[in-house]
Amino acid sequence: MAVLPPEAAERLVQPVAAEVEASARRPAAGRRRPRTTVGRVVVWALLGVCTLAFLYPFAWLLAASLKPRSQVFDNLLWPRDVQWSNYAEVWDRLPLAAWMVNSVAIALLAALLVTLSSSLVAFGFAYFRFPGRSFLFGLVLATMMLPGAVTMVPQYLIWKQLDLIGTWVPLFGMNLFGSAFYIFLQRQFFRGLPRELFEAARLDGVGYLGLFRHIAMPLAVPSFVIVFLFEFQASWNNLQSALIYLNSGGVDGYTVPLGLSYAMTSFSPTNGGQGDYQLVMVAALLVTLPMLLLFAFGQRYFIEGVSTQARKG
Amino acid sequence: MTDATSIHAGRPDRPPGRSRPREPRRASSMRRREAIAGYLFISPWIVGFCVFTLGAMAYSLVISFSDYRLATDTATPVGLDNYAELFRDPRVMGSLGNTLFYAVLAVPLEIVVAMALALLLARSGRAGGFFRTVFYLPKMTPAVATAAVFLLLLNGNTGAVNEGLALIGIDGPQWLIDPAWVKPSIVIMTLWGVSGTMVIFLAALANVPRELYEAASLDGAGRVRQFVSVTVPMISGSLFFATVVLTIAALQVFDQAYLLFWRDQTNASPESSLFYGVYLFQQAFRQFDFGFASAMAWLLFVIILLITLVQVRVSNRFVYYEGDR
Repeated sequence: MAVLPPEAAERLVQPVAAEVEASARRPAAGRRRPRTTVGRVVVWALLGVCTLAFLYPFAWLLAASLKPRSQVFDNLLWPRDVQWSNYAEVWDRLPLAAWMVNSVAIALLAALLVTLSSSLVAFGFAYFRFPGRSFLFGLVLATMMLPGAVTMVPQYLIWKQLDLIGTWVPLFGMNLFGSAFYIFLQRQFFRGLPRELFEAARLDGVGYLGLFRHIAMPLAVPSFVIVFLFEFQASWNNLQSALIYLNSGGVDGYTVPLGLSYAMTSFSPTNGGQGDYQLVMVAALLVTLPMLLLFAFGQRYFIEGVSTQARKG
Repeated sequence: MTDATSIHAGRPDRPPGRSRPREPRRASSMRRREAIAGYLFISPWIVGFCVFTLGAMAYSLVISFSDYRLATDTATPVGLDNYAELFRDPRVMGSLGNTLFYAVLAVPLEIVVAMALALLLARSGRAGGFFRTVFYLPKMTPAVATAAVFLLLLNGNTGAVNEGLALIGIDGPQWLIDPAWVKPSIVIMTLWGVSGTMVIFLAALANVPRELYEAASLDGAGRVRQFVSVTVPMISGSLFFATVVLTIAALQVFDQAYLLFWRDQTNASPESSLFYGVYLFQQAFRQFDFGFASAMAWLLFVIILLITLVQVRVSNRFVYYEGDR
């Protein structure tokens, strides 16, 4: 793809790169505004088209959730008849409240546990020197490559052995042991903290756990928030584990993804069901809202967490 | 119990466990204490890794060579039977083909679209933050909600997508029924949520020093040439990372395919919508044929490993890392 061979490009890049190294990375470096009016018009036109494409499904969903049953499929973004009662009816027709409570509880537990365990492990890798450290950290990263399918069946058998199938435990239990991506992410944060801080505290007689609790934790709060939010979202979305561990139980015990999947099937018009698809739309909207709220409050953490991956290579 | 000498004794540049002869004994005991503390801190991961990863992998391997009866929890060794069955069952190879086809279609499109969006955002000035938020919203939407909406948007007869296509004179396909359009449908849903990759590229673009573009521009390089000769090499690390991660994800795709096509067990869906992850899930947790499902999982593992290795090999020739000389 490259016109220049990589080595040549590198030769072009290297001297300048060395020069600007000291000037640090200005956040605005990537922002290059178009110079001509035509350029500006093109950029704004494209931005408009993309915005439309990304927002249209939300607008459609909102409209459909307010329509009477007969109009759900009419694709009008402004409903001919607005039926607010959909938003009351959905709670009676589906145990949506129970699903949300289940999902919130599981997501909270999952996020709290994984934040705590991953940060302990990450601090271990970031601060302490011990034989085999880089090998073990390599293993942490390697587990990210492992397809979940390989461990899915044995993990099910482990939980079955412990008689925990049908409970919430398999949906967050693994989080006790840290999670590779979060360990990587938090280690990056801890490594950014000046080592002198810790050495000074050691001189004052602070123990190792104290270093973690009183120095590392307060200074790396953003990384805790990032991991918490990421895992909360992941747990809220986790369909497959719910299918494996909760599907055989009662509908009231479902999580949000499992419940909505069930609602899609039982309300599907092609399935001889009631065909009240407007209620499925209400439910879809209501289970999306918490995530949008999460993003509204934690946007910079989400963006920062994802951006960290760019610096990984 | 602590003093200055002991802390400075544990410098990172010395291999642990080997002490210089003149070193005070207290220092080496400090180093041992530090190592023990380190192991304690990472012990949750070690336990989890040994049980839920390494142990589980070993167990999975054993099961893949057995006929596992869930009712009695007994695994009868059957040798290579499950693996032989992989090649006899047309749905294994069929779903594998579907999955590879989907990955070949989805990954390059995701990279191109994410890159185009990132470049666009990088040029949108102060409004960039607003558009980034808008583009990121689909990523926050749970897969079930996305599937519920796209199930109706992509409906061949009443869907908004075909209604829109009709406006410009195109007779839209039966997205969710016509076997040929099943995979493009899922690609569309995937692309709607492409903003995660976009944010990675955006961060990488922000790290490219502006001076490089100025230098290239002075040398007479146009926009396209600047992109090819400066941008692409400078962000090749992120491009490579995204390609590997998206490929691994594409080969394991489950949620969308399951929700759109295989959620309803009474409905027949086109065979071309049967993805490897879905078939594996069905074999494991609908048929409870753990032996066969485990063999399928190991085949997937080997395929992912091979593809990743090839990608790493190829990337060594193209990827530029800062600090490389």
